[in-house]
Amino acid sequence: MLNSIHSCMKCGTCTGSCPSGRVVSFRTRQLVEEHCLGEIDLDDIAIWYCTTCYNCMERCPRNIDITDDILRIREEAYKQGKVLPQHKDIMSYIYRTGHAVPINEEIKDLRESLGLSRIPPTTHKFEEALGIVRLLLEEGGFNDK
Amino acid sequence: MTNDEFAFFLGCLIPNRLPAIEKASRLVCDKLGIRLYDMDGASCCPAPGVMKSFDKNLWLKLAARNLQISEKMGYDLITMCNGCYGTLKDASMELKEDKEKLSDVKETLNRLGLSFENVPNVYHLVEYLYFDYGLDRIRETITNKLNLNVAVHYGCHLLKPVKYRRSENFEVPQFFDELVEITGAKSINYPEKSTCCGAGGGVRSGMKDVSLEIAKRKVASIKGADCIVTPCPFCHMQLEQVSNIPVLYYTQLLALAMDIPKDVLGLEVEL
Ligand code: SF4
Ligand code: SF4
Repeated sequence: MLNSIHSCMKCGTCTGSCPSGRVVSFRTRQLVEEHCLGEIDLDDIAIWYCTTCYNCMERCPRNIDITDDILRIREEAYKQGKVLPQHKDIMSYIYRTGHAVPINEEIKDLRESLGLSRIPPTTHKFEEALGIVRLLLEEGGFNDK
Repeated sequence: MTNDEFAFFLGCLIPNRLPAIEKASRLVCDKLGIRLYDMDGASCCPAPGVMKSFDKNLWLKLAARNLQISEKMGYDLITMCNGCYGTLKDASMELKEDKEKLSDVKETLNRLGLSFENVPNVYHLVEYLYFDYGLDRIRETITNKLNLNVAVHYGCHLLKPVKYRRSENFEVPQFFDELVEITGAKSINYPEKSTCCGAGGGVRSGMKDVSLEIAKRKVASIKGADCIVTPCPFCHMQLEQVSNIPVLYYTQLLALAMDIPKDVLGLEVEL
């Protein structure tokens, strides 16, 4: 059962390796334990504190895929509509523009002054490509409000 | 397939917020004889912090659509961003390793009129420069040795997950330090060198105060450096916000060592 959360030996390596755990009350080991017991509270902000640095996962002596597990916990929260509005906004930007961080007029001018194309050759320039991105998001059940 | 020719993946942050990094990277690659071809219609990688958290399957499909553009161009894909690398490299490996996922993704893309046969290889520019292009060839292009002390920041997704990365050593990696030092600069050690910048996983977008607190602690441990050098625009933006020394992207540092003038690079830093 190595690789399974049930093999956790509570050594605390994960918690001790966590950059977020140093600044907020987020304890990786505790999250692993709650997950193991099926007691994750999807409303708890703690599940969003992970930066996905992978330290815990790389160092876990029991080879538990901790970071990947946290992502799956978040996926469950998303399915139940429990997401931060800021994250939902990013999804909306991707839907509307193809980019999580879309361009603006100031950057267009800056690009031009640097001798780059005013509009980058991405979904910002190619409508058809943006259409496909939107279809994929819609098929995946995302609706832009 | 490499031959120093690539499908050039821009992502979001570099073209849409930090275009000076795009400029430096294009100029540096041109000097090195690395040919970069634009990926018309590429989108967000998609953002691993949000999309991979929310819906892994959708994350994979959106990533595959970007990979498909590179495959159709007939080149492997290269990216300048740790986040894009995290998404595109990991997605490419999952598709190479899991036939079922691959056929599911193919089916979806085919239905939308896109043919997708072979998953291209994915490179991070910095990893490629070290592991494939080689320090010796880069050294030949350096005409202006830099007399700088540099605090090197790797960023998490250049190194991890280790199973999908070139460097086996994620605890005390050396390759990026070596890349920095061939410019003449000296990589200084600092206590929080391997610490995360705090931006990833949707933490910066979702909880900025927490995110910046992680960055502050990291930057506060840097002593005696003239600048910070990063291989990632997201780490770059994050560290810049809390640092009182300049932050440079690797190709900007390299461009200075190639004697490319600051005004051409759009660099306003005093070093
Ligand atoms: S590092 Fe692994 S074994 Fe140790 S407490 Fe964390 S999950 Fe359990
Ligand atoms: S991957 Fe997440 S939980 Fe694990 S150490 Fe990094 S921030 Fe903490």
